[in-house]
Amino acid sequence: MNEIWAGIQEAVRLIFSLDADLIGITLRSLEVSLTALVIASALALPFGTWLAIRRFKYRRFAIAVLNALMGLPPVVVGLVVYLMLSRSGPFGVLGLLFTPFAMIIAQVIIITPLIASITHQAMRELWSEYHDLLISLNTSKRQRVAALIWDGRRTLMTAALAGFGRAIGEVGAIMIVGGNIDHVTRVLTTAIALETGKGDFALALGLGFVLIALTLMVNFAIHALSRTEREGTW
Amino acid sequence: MSQPISVYLNSILVKRRGKTVLGPIDLDLKVDGFTILLGPNGSGKTTFLRILHGVERASSGVMQWSMPNEQAHQAQAYVFQSPIMLRRSVRQNLAYPLQLIGMDKDEISSRVSEWAQKIGLQDALEFPAPRLSGGEKQKLALGRALIRMPDVLFLDEPCANLDGRSTREIEDLLHDATQVGTRIIMTTHDLGQARRLADSVLFLLNGTLHEKGPASIFFAMPRTIEAKAFLNGDIIE
Ligand SMILES: Nc1ncnc2c1ncn2[C@@H]1O[C@H](COP(=O)(O)OP(=O)(O)OP(=O)(O)O)[C@@H](O)[C@H]1O
Ligand SMILES: [Mg+2]
Repeated sequence: MNEIWAGIQEAVRLIFSLDADLIGITLRSLEVSLTALVIASALALPFGTWLAIRRFKYRRFAIAVLNALMGLPPVVVGLVVYLMLSRSGPFGVLGLLFTPFAMIIAQVIIITPLIASITHQAMRELWSEYHDLLISLNTSKRQRVAALIWDGRRTLMTAALAGFGRAIGEVGAIMIVGGNIDHVTRVLTTAIALETGKGDFALALGLGFVLIALTLMVNFAIHALSRTEREGTW
Repeated sequence: MSQPISVYLNSILVKRRGKTVLGPIDLDLKVDGFTILLGPNGSGKTTFLRILHGVERASSGVMQWSMPNEQAHQAQAYVFQSPIMLRRSVRQNLAYPLQLIGMDKDEISSRVSEWAQKIGLQDALEFPAPRLSGGEKQKLALGRALIRMPDVLFLDEPCANLDGRSTREIEDLLHDATQVGTRIIMTTHDLGQARRLADSVLFLLNGTLHEKGPASIFFAMPRTIEAKAFLNGDIIE
């Protein structure tokens, strides 16, 4: 018990003294997850919207695949990316394994289906609500997509935040492809795992508080967004 | 007044889930003044209006407006049976149809104020449209449809759920619209309203066009017993 209490005190001190390791790891985490978020959103938001308004032959199949991808175990994603990037893999010559770049790839694979799926659902609902009006007003395809994205922007942001929340808290895949190398690929989750294993609870807890704070902020933002959406106050 | 508009339908048939919902309809309709579409619930009025406007496609048959379809559609507007509100303010809802055609900002804002006044929502311009009352939504939908000054306006039960005063306000707006050349095709369940407004009448029953003609004749001496029964308020099978 004492050990834990001392750990908490030390953790608080680390945070308020802006400990260099702690700051460095936090920034790297943000850098990796935010980059992954931007790339994943750039892929998933248009794709989810397109899936919602476009009728084509294999639409149902595409949606089923998307939902299946959402359930991919991150560790397996990590394994596959590892095999692709490892020296003997197809992209081995690029030397990307154990770099932040590899971690970004893994996170993009993990969160893109999630963001696309939420986007698809929200956009389908909005499209069925707007369909008749937009057709009646003789809108062009481009104008329709613009109206949907603009009026669905809060749900799209919610989707992106959910993706970010998943990325920043993920450990299995980035541990495998990043290797948890100090000052290179060590991020919040992998550092917590390592420090806990070493029995250094102070840094682990300090990093844990930062992670919890980030996650809470994301969730509050999601909550606030969906409330303004529901109550129509904007 | 602009040139005459008409629409020609040849064996228009609408099937939904294997059931014939509308048709076959053969019709050469001169769209002029105020046309009222009458018929009991489920007789196909909404379907008929949607086909005419082109938001729904017929299963078979031919329909042709007296101008190219694209041009015809651009000059039409439609008020749906349950109003569709964009998740935006009242002002933005009114402005949207004008933004789509690339009208300049000053012109848009002056038209929006003018129409907000006409529909009595001038004090609610910044209010989110989805939170308006049912009647206010109906008025906003009407204003948004008229703001582009369409040649042809379709209305599906625009006064359902409205009280007497709102109904009169809307009828006045519709009357004004016809004065500046908008032709109106409208469904209603209110026979009093139909008598007040109609220049001509189309009577639908079980998806087929039962009777059509000038309002004065239809109301005074309907040709079919079904129409007679409908006007008497009897339940027709
Ligand atoms: N997509 C659809 N699938 C199955 N049935 C449909 C579909 N659309 C319309 N119908 C049926 O077609 C019939 C005509 O519907 P429509 O909405 O045109 O009637 P209406 O005259 O407008 O009725 P109301 O006065 O109640 O508005 C109804 O029996 C309806 O159930
Ligand atoms: Mg109807």
